[in-house]
Amino acid sequence: MSKMMDWVDARFPATKMWKEHLSEYYAPKNFNFWYFFGSLALLILVMQIITGIFLTMNYKPDAELAFASVEYIMRDVEWGWLIRYLHSTGASAFFVVIYLHMFRGLMYGSYKQPRELIWIFGMLLYVVLMAEAFMGYLLPWGQMSYWGAQVIISLFGAIPVVGEQLALWIRGDFVVADATLNRFFAFHVIALPIVLLGLVVMHILALHEVGSNNPDGVEIKKTKDANGKPLDGIPFHPYYTVKDLVGVVGFLFIFALVLFYAPEGGGWFLEKDNFVPADPLKTPEHIVPLWYFTPFYAILRAVPDKLFGVIGMGMAIVVLFLLPWLDRSKVRSVRYRGPYFRIALTLFIISFVALGYLGTQPATDLYTLLARVFTILYFAFFILMPIYTKFDKDKVVPERVTDQ
Amino acid sequence: MKALMIAAMTAMLSMGSGSLIAASAGAELDHFDVDLHDQASLQRGAQIFTNYCLSCHSASLMRYNRMAKDLGMSDELVIENLMFTTDKIGETMQVAMRPEDAKKWFGVTPPDLSVIARARGTDWLYSYLRNFYLDETRSMGTNNPFLVNAGMPHILWEQQGFLKKDVDSGELSLAQEGELTPRQYDQYVGDLVNFLAYISEPSKLDRLALGKWVLLYLAFFFVIALALKKAYWKDIH
Repeated sequence: MSKMMDWVDARFPATKMWKEHLSEYYAPKNFNFWYFFGSLALLILVMQIITGIFLTMNYKPDAELAFASVEYIMRDVEWGWLIRYLHSTGASAFFVVIYLHMFRGLMYGSYKQPRELIWIFGMLLYVVLMAEAFMGYLLPWGQMSYWGAQVIISLFGAIPVVGEQLALWIRGDFVVADATLNRFFAFHVIALPIVLLGLVVMHILALHEVGSNNPDGVEIKKTKDANGKPLDGIPFHPYYTVKDLVGVVGFLFIFALVLFYAPEGGGWFLEKDNFVPADPLKTPEHIVPLWYFTPFYAILRAVPDKLFGVIGMGMAIVVLFLLPWLDRSKVRSVRYRGPYFRIALTLFIISFVALGYLGTQPATDLYTLLARVFTILYFAFFILMPIYTKFDKDKVVPERVTDQ
Repeated sequence: MKALMIAAMTAMLSMGSGSLIAASAGAELDHFDVDLHDQASLQRGAQIFTNYCLSCHSASLMRYNRMAKDLGMSDELVIENLMFTTDKIGETMQVAMRPEDAKKWFGVTPPDLSVIARARGTDWLYSYLRNFYLDETRSMGTNNPFLVNAGMPHILWEQQGFLKKDVDSGELSLAQEGELTPRQYDQYVGDLVNFLAYISEPSKLDRLALGKWVLLYLAFFFVIALALKKAYWKDIH
C-alpha cells in the first residue's frame, strides 16, 4: 500500500495535498456552531450538481415542453420527484446556509486583514450563486419563473442610452421567450457551475494559505510549540471531519423535514403561481422574486427613481465587497468589540431581515416608508463604518483562544 | 443557538403561503381537509372527474394506469368505466375538445387541471365548486364569488341545484334543489377536490411514506456521529 502511494507521490502530490489541506491543516480548536456552514455549503453544492445532472437527463429546455417535462420528472421518472425536490429545496437551503456563513464572517471579522481575498472570493461566489439561482428559476417555465425573469431583465433597461439594447441582448428576444430559456439553461448547467467550482477552489486555497479565523478573532499562528504547530490549532482531519459530520447529519435532518413534509416551503421555496405554465399574455397580480432576493428587491422599490433604484440595488451588493477596508477596528471578533459595532451589526441584521420581508409584500405607503428607513440603515452600516469602528471602545483581545 | 435556528426556520415556513397568492375577490375561503389515504373518496373523485371535468379540462400530465395503480383499481375497471377519450391505459388524460372551439364557446381555453390543486390550493377549489350562483348577465347563466365572471358554467347543477344571490346582503342561498342535499354535495365536491389534490402530486404518498424512515435513519446516525465526535475530541481541551 505504502509502495503504491510512493509511486503516486512521485508523480502527483497526493500525500502532500492530503497533509496540507486535511491532516496537517491546523484549524483553531474553538470553532462553534457558526463554523458548520462552510462545509455545509460545499455539501449542498455537490448535491445540487449531482441532482442537477440527473434532472438534465429528462428536462427539456424548450418553451413548449419545459413545464410539462418538469412534471414528467415529478411523475414518470423513477425517483424523479425526490431528485427534483432535492434540487429545489437545495436551492433555498443553499441561501440559508450562505447567509448564515456570511453572518459568521461579519460577527467574527473574518473578512479583516489578512483574509480580504477569502472575503472577496466569497462575495464573488455569492454573486455568481445569485445568477445561478435566478437562471435556474426560469427553467420550470411557470408564471413566476417567467414574470420574475421579465421584471429582473427589464431592470437593465433603466441604464441610460444602452439599457434597452442591453435588455434585448440578454433576452435574445423582445420578451422573455424560448431563446431566453435556452441561454439561461446553458448558463445554469454549464457556464456558472464551472465558475462556481473555480471560485470555491480559490476561496479554500486562500483560506488554507492564511489559516482560519475563529470566534475569538485570535491569530493562532502567533503562539506555536517547539515543532512549529499552533498551540491552539488541531488538525482538520480527523477532528473537524468528525465534527462537521455531526453538522452535516443535523442539517440533513432539518433538510429532510422540509423536503419530505413541506417541499413548497409554505409557498416560499416553490411558489404557487409557478404551478401555472408561463403565459406571456397574463401578468400575475403580484410578482415576487424568490425569498433570497427580496432584501435587494425591497431596496430597488424603496428608491423612487427606477435608475437610482437599480443603482441602489447594485450598490447594496458592492458595499459588501468593500467591507475589509471600511472596518478600521483592530479587533476582529464581536466578542471584544465595543458597543458601537455591536449596535451597528444588530441594526444591520434587523434591516436585512426586514427588507427581506418587505420585498415579499405589496408596496403600500407604510411598507414603502419602512423599506426606505431600513434601506438607509442598511447603507449606514457600511458608510459610517470607518467612523464608528475607529472610535469604538473595543476590549482587550486575549493572547490565546478561550474555551467556549 | 440551534433552537433559535429551528424556531426561525419554522417561523419562516409558517408565515404562510396565503400572502403570496391573493384570493380572487374578497370572499372568505372554506377549509377542506385533504385525505390522500381515503381510497374510496379518491375513487369517487376519479369518477366525478372523468365524467364531468374531463369533457372540457384535460389533465395531460396524469396517466390512467398510474391512477389505477395508486387508487387500487384494476386496469380493466378504469378502461371500462373511466376512459372516454382513449383506449390506451398508458395514455394521459387528454380532452377531446379542440382548444380553439373551447375558446369560442367559453371565452377562454379551460385550463389543464393536472397541477391546479397546487396552483390554486384545495381550499379555493372546494369553495369555488360549491358557490356558483345564478346571474342572468353572464352568458352561461351563472357567476362565482371566487372567480368573478368565470367562463365556466355550473357543471354540477344536477347534483347541487342552483344558488341565488341576495341583492342586499350578497349572501348565497339555495334557489332550486338538486339531487343531493347540501351536506351530501359538500362531500361530493370534497371527493373531487381530494382527487384533484392527488393528481397534482401523485408521488406525495411515496414522499410521506419515505420521509419518516429517512428521518429515523438520520436521527440514529446523528447519535452515532455525536458519539464519534466526542470520542475523537476527548483529549482536546
